[in-house]
Amino acid sequence: MEKLKALALKFKSLIGLFFLCIVISIITPRFLNINNLLNVLTQVSVNAVIAIGMSFVILTGGIDLSVGSILAVTGALAASLISKQNSLFLAILLSLIVGALIGAFNGLLVSKGKIQPFIVTLAGMTIFRGVTYVYTNGTPISGLSKDFTFIGNARVLGIPFPVIITFIVFLIAWYLINETRFGRYVYALGGNEDSARLSGINTDSIKTMVYVISGITAAIGGIIVTSRIGSASPNAGSGYELDAIAAVVLGGTSLAGGEGSIAGTIIGAMIIGVLNNGLNLMNVSPFYQSIVKGLVILLAVLIDKKNKK
Amino acid sequence: MQDKTPILEMVNISKSFPGVKALDKVSLRAFPGEVMGLLGENGAGKSTLMKILSGVYKKDEGIIKIDGKEVEINGIKDAKRLGISIIHQELSLLPNLTIYENLFLGNEIVKGFKLNKKDMIQKSQEFLKKFNFNKSPKTLTRDLTVGEMQMVEIIKAISKNAKIVIMDEPTTALTEVETERLFTIINQLKQQNIAIIYISHRMEEIFRICDRITVLRDGTFVGEEDIKNVTKDKLISMMVGRKLEEQFPYVEVEKGKTILEVRNLSWKKIKDVSFNLKEGEILGIAGLMGSGRTEVAKLIFGEYKKEKGEILVEGKKVNINSPKDAIKNGIAYLSEDRKKEGLVLKLSVLENMMIANLKAYENKFKRLNKKKQLSDCKDYIKKLSIKTSSPYQIIKNLSGGNQQKVIIARWLLNSPKVLIIDEPTRGIDVGAKKEIYDILNQLKKQGKGIIMISSEMEEILGISDRIIVMHEGRITGEISRKEANQELIMKYAVGLTD
Repeated sequence: MEKLKALALKFKSLIGLFFLCIVISIITPRFLNINNLLNVLTQVSVNAVIAIGMSFVILTGGIDLSVGSILAVTGALAASLISKQNSLFLAILLSLIVGALIGAFNGLLVSKGKIQPFIVTLAGMTIFRGVTYVYTNGTPISGLSKDFTFIGNARVLGIPFPVIITFIVFLIAWYLINETRFGRYVYALGGNEDSARLSGINTDSIKTMVYVISGITAAIGGIIVTSRIGSASPNAGSGYELDAIAAVVLGGTSLAGGEGSIAGTIIGAMIIGVLNNGLNLMNVSPFYQSIVKGLVILLAVLIDKKNKK
Repeated sequence: MQDKTPILEMVNISKSFPGVKALDKVSLRAFPGEVMGLLGENGAGKSTLMKILSGVYKKDEGIIKIDGKEVEINGIKDAKRLGISIIHQELSLLPNLTIYENLFLGNEIVKGFKLNKKDMIQKSQEFLKKFNFNKSPKTLTRDLTVGEMQMVEIIKAISKNAKIVIMDEPTTALTEVETERLFTIINQLKQQNIAIIYISHRMEEIFRICDRITVLRDGTFVGEEDIKNVTKDKLISMMVGRKLEEQFPYVEVEKGKTILEVRNLSWKKIKDVSFNLKEGEILGIAGLMGSGRTEVAKLIFGEYKKEKGEILVEGKKVNINSPKDAIKNGIAYLSEDRKKEGLVLKLSVLENMMIANLKAYENKFKRLNKKKQLSDCKDYIKKLSIKTSSPYQIIKNLSGGNQQKVIIARWLLNSPKVLIIDEPTRGIDVGAKKEIYDILNQLKKQGKGIIMISSEMEEILGISDRIIVMHEGRITGEISRKEANQELIMKYAVGLTD
């Protein structure tokens, strides 16, 4: 019994997701349908990718509010490179590099500048949204090549390409966090920064790195979104940071740092995605959807708190 | 003294948690105007008993009487109403509020909806004066020293008409001067007929201020004694249940070549600190709190960046700018503050042990070899007899002594040449202390150089081969094991030189 309870606690997010799926499929038969499910996965993929990067940051006890703006900047950059140069490789590479550089900018201000992550990335959120407006002149960039829109829309062996990208990002992140020194340092830093530093860990570089990772995943999100819609909007990705944070928290990661997992984050993102989809299928108005989503987050955290006591 | 009537009687108190019987028919009395020392190793049940008294836990069985009347304590509020007040190890004052705001927190004096600040300040002033505490009530609490905060905490308890005050290791964070002041206050409380329950690991303190003692062991009641009728040896054997022949085992080891040399180390108030350390030697650093001992350790370890001076390892000058550099050069440092600077409380025994040495477990794909980690971890659990249910146990759940052993293992995995250990047995119970000394002696035999910083006089005298004493950032004396005694160390520690 004790063991069963421990097991249930360990997989609580998964159980929650499962439960949610059952409830929705009882209410609306249209949910359990292979096309709908693949659709859910595709819709979840952008948030999931961003949330994976966000998990690294939150595990160290930080937060990254700038991911939505990074998504917009890198999406616009990719779109303009495609429309002008039509080099897929260059567009993707440069977008990822810019994402990483913005992450490094955030990370250095947090680690070397010793400014609170909330402040740094709040400022970054405004700055890079502004940069996007300046760069795009406030108008969407469209007219993108087929090569590029492939990324967001194609299916490989029946599986939507964004889902495949998400899976690959997940595998890399999982490996980093569970199998490498870097991953262990992320947990140590989030658990106790002083102890980590006095154990000889270069805490500044770990701190910087997690924001770089978050910047890169936001850029991947930017590429997927842009290619899926077929144009880059300067408003793209606004509010995404909150969805990503919600996914991380629903996945059981503590905002205080040091506790949580990447797999949990994926499940968290799925919970949000399934909920969105289910509410849409049930024709619930978007106004109510937002209330329901908020309540689910509160409920999940409350259950978590109860069990930890 | 025997004829006095106790203000508090806890009789045959039992308490179980899932899987463990934390208390089994334990009794405790407290007398007005007296200090009752509550002793026992970690895990003996002191905290559980105090939590029952202060209303945090509910007892399963037993009777609590106050002034001879049986009472029920069902929550913190009940305890407060009955005049029971606990001074926590971790202080509960709000640093962003002033002294008077803290004193009246939850009991503010109001005129209608408006706070009556004038009255509160004036009343606070009276309280502070009563205890010769020369600070304005309007001082922000964060500007006080830890000792002063504790005073405010005590004053807060008294101002709420506490009749029984529980002090849980109150001197852990205090300087000598502050400790003296605390003892003065305790004497004042005694004169006001307040009963004090005093929990401490420090023998000297217990004999100085306790009138009686109660000893617990493994959740059972061992005995209550008049302090005049016990000796230190008897106390220790009551606590651990066996005679401790040698609490401070010393081994003679042939010393090797000089392994560490520090020349003219200076930083802030640290001035020209020079000394050397040989293989197979334990060098004790004594001194009062604030004398700069920990700073010297952290300078050698690269946590602070020295302004001047040189460090030589095995005769070669080394450049140390961070803990990482120090570790590379074979230096390890165990902080005096395990919770804040040693452990990662949320992580497991294994992860805490491995964290400083993960590089050794990487393969060429940067993947960590978990099997090897597990077997090495198990190895050290056995070697240092660490008591844990599994390598994956969260370290928070281990006792202080076992946590310390995990950190020692962390550094041994790095095979350091020099081990700097700051307050090696702080907050560790008597039995586990000896085990730590045995480990240090083992390392000494293996030819490691050990620097041991300690505030416990007996530990310094008992374990060190050589002792240097610091005062206000300088070394004021060096003493060999043979000539060392308490008086000599104190003389140097207060800055007197011959």
